[in-house]
Amino acid sequence: MNGMQARIRKTLVMAATLVAIGAVTGCHKKSSGVNPNALGPAPAAPSPAPTATITADPLAIDLGQSVVLNWRTQDATVVTIDGIGTVNSNGTQTVSPSNSTNFHLTAKGDGGTTEANVRVTVRVPVAPTAPAPTDTDMGSEAAFHQNVQDVFFDYDSYDLRPDATASTTKAATYLTAHPSIKVVIGGYCDDRGSAEYNLALGENRANAARTALVSAGISASRLRVISYGKEKQFCTEQDESCWQQNRRAQFSLDR
Amino acid sequence: MLSLKRTTLIRHAQLYCRGALLVLFACTAILRAQDTFKTETSSGVSNIRIAVADFKPASADPQVSSFKRTFDTTLYADLANAGIFDIVSKSLLPQSTPGAPAEMNVQQWAAAPTSAAMVAFGSFGVQANKIVCNGFLFDAKNLQYPQVLAKQYTEDASEDSARQIAHRFADEIIFRLSGGSQGIAETKIYYVKIGGADKEIWEMDYDGANQHPITHLGSVSLSPRISPDNTRLAFSSLGRDGFQIRMYSLLLGRTVNFPSVGGTNLSPAWSPNGKDIAYSSSRSGDPEIWISDANGSLARRVTSFRGPDVSPVFNPRTGSQIAWISGRTGLPQLYIMDTDGSAIQRMTDGGYATSPSWSPNGQFLAFAWDRKYGPGAPGGQDIYVMEIATKRWIQLTHDGGRCDFPSWSPDGRHIVYANSADGKDSHMKVWTMLADGTQKHALTGAGADMPNWSWK
Repeated sequence: MNGMQARIRKTLVMAATLVAIGAVTGCHKKSSGVNPNALGPAPAAPSPAPTATITADPLAIDLGQSVVLNWRTQDATVVTIDGIGTVNSNGTQTVSPSNSTNFHLTAKGDGGTTEANVRVTVRVPVAPTAPAPTDTDMGSEAAFHQNVQDVFFDYDSYDLRPDATASTTKAATYLTAHPSIKVVIGGYCDDRGSAEYNLALGENRANAARTALVSAGISASRLRVISYGKEKQFCTEQDESCWQQNRRAQFSLDR
Repeated sequence: MLSLKRTTLIRHAQLYCRGALLVLFACTAILRAQDTFKTETSSGVSNIRIAVADFKPASADPQVSSFKRTFDTTLYADLANAGIFDIVSKSLLPQSTPGAPAEMNVQQWAAAPTSAAMVAFGSFGVQANKIVCNGFLFDAKNLQYPQVLAKQYTEDASEDSARQIAHRFADEIIFRLSGGSQGIAETKIYYVKIGGADKEIWEMDYDGANQHPITHLGSVSLSPRISPDNTRLAFSSLGRDGFQIRMYSLLLGRTVNFPSVGGTNLSPAWSPNGKDIAYSSSRSGDPEIWISDANGSLARRVTSFRGPDVSPVFNPRTGSQIAWISGRTGLPQLYIMDTDGSAIQRMTDGGYATSPSWSPNGQFLAFAWDRKYGPGAPGGQDIYVMEIATKRWIQLTHDGGRCDFPSWSPDGRHIVYANSADGKDSHMKVWTMLADGTQKHALTGAGADMPNWSWK
C-alpha cells in the first residue's frame, strides 16, 4: 500500500514539474492573437453560400421497393432535385426508382450554388443464362465415324476381339480430344437365335464396348447404352458376312 | 380323362371329378416307370366319340343362317380342338336335325355308322335382335335318362356373340366329359403383330378368330404377358432409352404407369397370384433377373452372374420357382431356381435353349431348343417339353423351320408357338398343337410372333 501511494505521489510531482516548464516557455502563437476579419466576410458582405446535404435510406433496394430521400439546405432560395423538380429547402420524399439513379440536388441562394448527390442502387433481377459451353465442337459426323468405328463380335459372344480392342483404343483417343461428344452405343445381333435372348446379348455387347471406353478414360456419363437385339437389322441377307455386320456394337453421336 | 368307359361315363361323372387327383397321382407313378414320359394328351386312352349336330334354326330372321353357320363351325372346331374327343364326321350323321329333347332319337345316333357315345344338339334363333340358343348334350347309350347337359344362352345378335356362345357351350361339354378339366374355348392368345418396322401387341380368340390390335404405340413392342386375372398386359417396348417394361390395362383400355429404370428391361412374367413380375433388367450393367411387384416397385435382383439372363417364367402351380434362360456358360441354357435365387439347377445339357413356358400343373417345361447349334449344324430350333423331375424331354416339332416361344394353354393340353418355315422373322406365324405334338395347325398368317396364352 505504502509503496503504491509513494509511486502516485512521484507521478504527481513530475506532472507538476512539466506544467511549470510549459508555463515558463509560453506559447508564442497565442500571443499573436486571431484576426476576426480573416475568418469570414464582413457583416456587410453578401449572404453566405448555401449548404446542402441529401441522404437516401436505404442506399440499395430491390426493384419495386421504395427509398426515402432526406435533404437539408441552408441559405438557399431555390432547391431543386433532378427528376423531382423544385422542392422545399428541407424535406423528405419517398421515391421508387426503376433503376439505379443519382439524385442530384441543386441549392441556389444569394451566395451561390451548392450541389449534393446521393446514388440509389436498384437491384434488377436478371434471368440466369446458361454458362457458355467451353467447347461445343462435336466434330463432323464423318470424322466421328472414321475414328470411332463399330465393334464387331464373334458368334454368340460379347467378348471384345483383338481388332475390337484396337478400334476402341482409337475411339477413346478421338473422344478424349473431343470432350463435348456424347455417344450412344447400340448393341446388335444377327437375326438367328431368339429375340428375347438376343436383346440381352446385345446389351452385353454394348456394355463390353462401353467398359472398354470407360477403362480408356472416357467418362461413363458421356456414354449411353441401348440394346436393339435383332430388332433393327443392318443387313438382311442370310450369309456369314451379313450376320457378321449385324453382330456389332455401333457408336453414334448422342445429340 | 384317362380310364373313362363310354357307357358308364355319366353315372360316374361326379366320381371322376373327385378322382381326378387320384388319376394324376397314378399318372405320375406310371411316368416313373416308363422309358419316356407322356404329356396328358397322349395317355393312350381312346377318346370319347361325340357327334355334333348342326343346330336347328328356331326363327325365320334373315340373320339366323349366317350366325348359325358361325356357331356350328365354332362349336365343331372347339370340340375337335379339345383333344379328348373323337368327332363323328358330319357326313356320317343322321339326316334329322333335332332342336329339342323331344325331337331327339338317341338310338338313331348310337347306331352305326354314327356310333356316337355323346350327341350335342340344340336350336339357334334370333328374336328381337337377340340370339336365343338352346344347347343339349345327350348320352346316346343311356336310353332312360339320356340328358347330360341343357343350357340356354341369350346374347345381343352379332357374329362375335354367336362365336362366344359356341365357346361357352363347348367349355361346358368339355368340363363334363374331361373329368373336371376346364375348357379353353373362352381363352385368349396375345401375340406380337409385325407391321413393317413396328411391332404391336394383338389379341385373338384361342382358335385364331377375332384378331385385333391392343396397343398403338408405333414402336417395337415384344413379349406380351397377360396377368392371371386377365386384366393387365405386361410387355416390353422400345423407347428413347431402350427397351422398358410397359403395362396395359385391358379394363381401362390404355397403358398405365410402370416406372422406367436404366438399362434394357425385357420379358416380363407374372407370378400366379398376380402380385409380382419377374423380368430381365440390366439397370446394374449386366442383364439379370429381377422381381418387382406388379406396379414396378420393390424391385430386387435375383440372379448375379455375368452374361445374359432373360425370359423368366414362374412355376404357375407353386409360384415359388422360376425357370429362365442364362448365357453364363456361353450358349443360352435353361435353368430353374427358387424365387430367392437359391437352388439353381441347369436343365439343358447343351445347344441353344430359349423361351421357357411352365406347364399349369408345374410338371413340365416347354421351350425352344436348337440342340446342335452352330453354323452348318444339322437340325434346327424346335419346341421341346421337359419333365422337370427327371430332366427327360420329348421333341414336339420336327423339320418345320424355326420354332420359338411356346406357351401352354391353361388346361395344360395345348401349346401355342411361333413358327417360320424359312427362318425369317417376318414370316413367323402363330401355330397351335396338342401338348404331345399332334394336331398342329396355324392360327394366323405371316407376321405374328411371341404368342402368350391367357391363364383362364
